[in-house]
Amino acid sequence: MTKMTLKINGSDHTLEADPNMPLLWAIRDLVGLKGTKYGCGVAQCGACVVHLDGDAIRSCVTKVSRAEGKQVVTIEGLSKNNDHPAQLAWQQLDVPQYGYCHSGQIMSAAVLLREKADPTNQDIDDAMAGNICRCGTYLRIRKAIVLAAELQKKTVKQG
Amino acid sequence: MNNKQVSRRDFLKASAVSGAVFSLGFYLPGSANNAEIISVAEAENYGIELNAWIHIETSGKVTIFSHRSEMGQGVYQAIPQIIAEELEVNLADIHVVFAKGNLKRYGSQNTGGSSTIREFYKILLNLGASAREMLLQAAAGSWGVSKSECYAQGGYVFHKPSGRIESPKRLHYGQLVEAASKLTPPKDYVLKKRSEYKLVGKPLLRLDTPFKTNGTAVFGMDKVLPGMLYAAVERNPRLRGKVKSFDDSQTWKIPGIKHVIKVKMVVFDTYREGIAVVADSTWAAMQGKKALKIEWDDSGFEHLNSEEIYKRQNLALQTQEGLSFKSQGEASEIISASANKIDVVYETPYQYHGCMEPMNCTAYYQEDKLEIWGPTQNPDMVQEYISKDMNIAKEKIIVNLTFLGGGFGRKSFMDYPHEAAVISRQIKAPVQVVWTREDDATQGPFRPGISYRCEGVIKDGKIDAFKYRMAGQNNMHWLTGKKDAVNGSTSEGFLKPYYETIKNLSIRDVPFATPIPTMWWRSVYASTNGFAFESFMDELAADAGRDPLDFRRAHLNDERLHLLIDKMENVSGWKDKKKGEGYGTAITECFSTTVGEVVKVSRQADGSIKIDQVWVVMDCGWYVNPDTIRAQIEGSIVMGLGAATMHEVRFIDGKAVDTNFSTYQMPRITDIPPIQIHIMENDEVAGGVGEPALPPFAPALTNAIFDLTGKRIRKLPFSLASV
Repeated sequence: MTKMTLKINGSDHTLEADPNMPLLWAIRDLVGLKGTKYGCGVAQCGACVVHLDGDAIRSCVTKVSRAEGKQVVTIEGLSKNNDHPAQLAWQQLDVPQYGYCHSGQIMSAAVLLREKADPTNQDIDDAMAGNICRCGTYLRIRKAIVLAAELQKKTVKQG
Repeated sequence: MNNKQVSRRDFLKASAVSGAVFSLGFYLPGSANNAEIISVAEAENYGIELNAWIHIETSGKVTIFSHRSEMGQGVYQAIPQIIAEELEVNLADIHVVFAKGNLKRYGSQNTGGSSTIREFYKILLNLGASAREMLLQAAAGSWGVSKSECYAQGGYVFHKPSGRIESPKRLHYGQLVEAASKLTPPKDYVLKKRSEYKLVGKPLLRLDTPFKTNGTAVFGMDKVLPGMLYAAVERNPRLRGKVKSFDDSQTWKIPGIKHVIKVKMVVFDTYREGIAVVADSTWAAMQGKKALKIEWDDSGFEHLNSEEIYKRQNLALQTQEGLSFKSQGEASEIISASANKIDVVYETPYQYHGCMEPMNCTAYYQEDKLEIWGPTQNPDMVQEYISKDMNIAKEKIIVNLTFLGGGFGRKSFMDYPHEAAVISRQIKAPVQVVWTREDDATQGPFRPGISYRCEGVIKDGKIDAFKYRMAGQNNMHWLTGKKDAVNGSTSEGFLKPYYETIKNLSIRDVPFATPIPTMWWRSVYASTNGFAFESFMDELAADAGRDPLDFRRAHLNDERLHLLIDKMENVSGWKDKKKGEGYGTAITECFSTTVGEVVKVSRQADGSIKIDQVWVVMDCGWYVNPDTIRAQIEGSIVMGLGAATMHEVRFIDGKAVDTNFSTYQMPRITDIPPIQIHIMENDEVAGGVGEPALPPFAPALTNAIFDLTGKRIRKLPFSLASV
């Protein structure tokens, strides 16, 4: 067991953990943030995606020790008021059905939207192919990313 | 809008502090056809347990206790939408509380069979209307005017004649709570016509979506109790196996391990055994589980391979007549005598439900009292079963529903809550049992894989004789114990109007068993039967040399179905097929809803088949929210696509061998064809919407491939890359 400090959503969390514990379980069980989900444990489904220094990573296969000294952002910290362009677009198009995978979907989409102001279909395929949705909301995810890109441009203009 | 779980008693207690409440609910003395609407106070007096109720406080806050669980199909929104329509309140002012599992109190809470809306919509409309009428009566009484001069809107009662038209005299519902609560529910009210609806039939946004975009929705695994431990269980990998012995010396070397115990969980008429590792984090429990060395006892049941299962099904279909579900005319005789009969076998695979949220359950047992928190479709059965098996009085078991991260039938089963309860009782602490994806993917229960033999004879361009036999695990044989009795599973998916026109018809069930536990899967038997029925209908049409849609029309004397087929033909451009395009169709019935689909395919330069377009026409009768329906249809097509072209559960030596999404390939965003959806508009009885779009997809696709290539696909799944 090692004592470490994680910076999650802007706050410091000091915890004692097995350095090999995946970041996913540290976030869920030790820090108590439950929005990041366990889906497969082998980086196949994307339910556990969080941002590590701005990159979309699979927290189920990322050792907690790798996150030390870096900025971790989870779905809870993506925006203050559930109003990141991706969150707004997801709400406007009623994307989720049972909703379990969408923390990961939105976190993957958020990185895509930061990197591409106008994501093409191919960009969306590349960024989102790692996220499984068993409800099959894929058509809406694609639409929501396009809508989020529009919302994002408006925000930038206004800002 | 909130998402809470409290008991009715707590709720009444809390409300009593704040003043009077007006509450009205319904219960079902017999069937859903004779629901009684009464006040909650009256129900308390007579000891009647209500199924659902509306609760209005003096503040005007409206709460609906919903007795169904939410698993993504929109019940969370549909029930308030229906009640608010007649109650005349704004949807945003409604709070929803999930009721706790209790068979006696709520009647069956099993959320399955696309049943919530189709069974209860009329009762819910009446419940809303009764409450509205009582509020109108209360307002009329306080003003000393006739009720007929008053109307309700947006949570207020207005008296039109007494004020200016633009600002009539009004009272907020909260102000009427006390007076309304003293009235008797009326019988003489009129429900709105569909054309008058403001909420029902409109594509309103779902109320639960915001919780699902910021991580605040509480799914099973997100529940935390003070002092809660985490458990992972290494269960016998064979589906009915036991534990002979185990060595946990390596497990105990992992920090955080608290208990290692032998456990069992129910699997229909047997128990499966395993070793539970209980620790202070999910990760430690999973590591401890991996470190176990277990010797299994796999005696007493067969260790089957997939190949052997299908060989036996085929043999059964070639040698046994089985049980008759429906027999009319002389189907067998005509087929035996015919030199031109078609005689083919279709095979459909075992399927895994693959909920993104793996099975999990939280339980706390203390001194003869058990509380459970979990994602379950079937809280009352969980309560009933555990009460019997663990000898705990039913009223001492509370089942709390969380959001479900997918159900699809899997979460109607009681194995995982049972196991959590067993572990908590043994360790005397609250525990959350988390299944790994590997546990979830390999341990079942699964959708049964079924083979079908279809035989038919065409005469003068029409079906002269039709014979259909299924051989596969029939869940009703397990559940009812009646292994030699036919049941409705056999004909699920089939359009009943064919019974009138196909004079020589035989539908049969050849009983077939394996030790593999099987369970409902989205659209149940229609999901496999539909492939056989509608593939064969296409083969018969081809044999008759007729257009597949015309051929179906010619065998259906039913106006609704003709309208559906006309719509399919029009929207899909069926008659404008171009060179290099393949068109296929299928129509099935499921939970009182009929769905017709048309699929268009073409061949790519690399030889693979591309699905260019899917058209879906659904006739579900009266419906609530077209956007929810569209979402459910899109999801059904994607799930059907996976089951038809990507995944199956394969068994080797009695074990399911695909352990994770690396080999159990799921559809991804890159695989999804464009889907165009049309909902038929009529006022017919409401059918289900969550499942019925799945069954026609596979046969419409394979029929389209036949149209393009001349090749019949009779075994699922198949690969689009190598047709």
